[in-house]
Amino acid sequence: METYTFLRAFADSWHLLFMFCFFIGVFVFILRPGSRKVHDESANMIFRNDDKPAGAGSDNRQGRHTDPKEAR
Amino acid sequence: MWDYLKLAVLGVVVVVAAIAASMARDLPYLVHMLVIMLAAAITFVWQIRRAGEPVSAANPNEYMDGPVRFGVVATAFWGVVGFLVGVVIAFQLAWPDLNFQWAQGYLNFGRLRPLHTSAVIFAFGGNALIATAFYVVQRTSAARLWGGGLAWFVFWGYQIFIVMAATGYVLGSTQGNEYAEPEWLTDLWLTIVWVAFLAVYMGTVINRREPHIYVANWFYISFIVTVAMLHLVNNAAIPVSVFGSKSIPVWSGVQSAMIQWWYGHNAVGFFLTAGFLGMMYYFIPKQAERPVYSYKLSIMHFWALIFLYIWAGPHHLHYTALPDWAQTLGMTFSIMLWMPSWGGMINGLMTLSGAWDKLRTDPIIRMMVVAVGFYGMATFEGPMMSIKAVNSLSHYTDWTIGHVHSGALGWNGMITFGALYYLVPRLWQRERLYSLRLVSWHFWLATIGIVLYAASMWVTGIMEGLMWREVDAQGFLVNSFADTVAAKFPMYVVRGLGGVLFLLGAIIMCYNLWKTVTSTAERQPARAAAVPAE
Repeated sequence: METYTFLRAFADSWHLLFMFCFFIGVFVFILRPGSRKVHDESANMIFRNDDKPAGAGSDNRQGRHTDPKEAR
Repeated sequence: MWDYLKLAVLGVVVVVAAIAASMARDLPYLVHMLVIMLAAAITFVWQIRRAGEPVSAANPNEYMDGPVRFGVVATAFWGVVGFLVGVVIAFQLAWPDLNFQWAQGYLNFGRLRPLHTSAVIFAFGGNALIATAFYVVQRTSAARLWGGGLAWFVFWGYQIFIVMAATGYVLGSTQGNEYAEPEWLTDLWLTIVWVAFLAVYMGTVINRREPHIYVANWFYISFIVTVAMLHLVNNAAIPVSVFGSKSIPVWSGVQSAMIQWWYGHNAVGFFLTAGFLGMMYYFIPKQAERPVYSYKLSIMHFWALIFLYIWAGPHHLHYTALPDWAQTLGMTFSIMLWMPSWGGMINGLMTLSGAWDKLRTDPIIRMMVVAVGFYGMATFEGPMMSIKAVNSLSHYTDWTIGHVHSGALGWNGMITFGALYYLVPRLWQRERLYSLRLVSWHFWLATIGIVLYAASMWVTGIMEGLMWREVDAQGFLVNSFADTVAAKFPMYVVRGLGGVLFLLGAIIMCYNLWKTVTSTAERQPARAAAVPAE
């Protein structure tokens, strides 16, 4: 089989199926039960470590002690 | 040892560039070699003056903000340059006499137009992306930039790329591919810089001290990786001579057109959208002091955006030699792209839910919200224009230019201005911005400027589209091309005025940021107050 024909057929069938499944899988994974806590934590991560990298001296911990802002 | 190796390499570069300059077959190549020679010589002198000095070890417990500060300055500088060139070419279109006879071949519209597009996209937008990427990746990874001085190489290397691209355009060295005009030498240099950028970014992400990779980083990574891929494929070319700037592209015919617009549209999709969405997902929550509205939606936004955008390119080639199925594919994916774009816009706007009062008091958040609003408008207009029937009216008209600018000025420009206002007081440890009043002035000047620009281009674009297709009872075309040009004159003047307002706003921003650094009180370390007295 010619390379073009082969690639074209593959792209139209198995690879298309793979991409479709991956795409749907991503959404299923995002919406999985129990993900809310992880996502709330991730969404609030930007509110710490503003001035220094984590673990840089004792005073850095203060960022972690502030109340995480509630996600809505 | 390492110092001496660097000196040796720089010395060799200076000599080789000098030899290549003397053998140059054309003017742009000569200038580029002189630029390289000069850059290497300056670095050589800088390096030799500090050779043998004890190296101060980089403190891994501090963020590396030097390149970010330089990036902020470069963003503001190139922004003003790019907007200024834009205003000049807008008035050149209104009054062709501004293509001065003495400057023909250097400063006429044809030479300045790629200078404008590249200056705003790659110099202003690119510097904003690199600077914010370096800032955001450190804060969200809680780790110092990886790679020691490599971040400095990325910054300065990128400025050299800008200078080479800009001088090339003015001197007529171009591949003739929109947004991919630089010739092979400049392309190769950008590849090296870009790989270093990716290395610094990924190195920092890998070193992170946070368990999760924050969503902004995903957008930045997709921007860096995809731009690398697009750049390499679209710029595949064989130089005619190593001592000349001209090259012959590998692709030809309709494949060449398709690859160009696969590149061109994804330059919009991944450079001007994904990268700037990274900015949106960090700076809007930070400025609003609230987490993003829905983190789930932001991840969906990411995956849907990168899965769909990559297919949308063929809508630039409706009714051309491109096969019909490819055109329809491009149109379909463009329309589907509506979903993630609006999902992202809603996510950005709703981050303010419960804090809408900030819109009244904080002109920076106002800027960011207007940016997201324009993101929504431009991503509504784009899919609509990609529909074949609409495209048959809009294509090749000024409507396209209006669309691009509502995205570029409204979305990219405003979110960048917001990020700059956010960054400057923090990077230079200032209490606050010099003047919020001036931010408001900037906001209104820029917004009115964009409205003038977009509205005049809608009117002139639809008008010329209708004039081109108008036929009389016998089936003859009613208007000649020159008729449409004459009819567009008033709108061209309005467009130019809109550009002037936008430029004025940017100049006010530069003044405000300058005064913030030079004449605002230094920020008192808040930490001191938080630590209990001992």
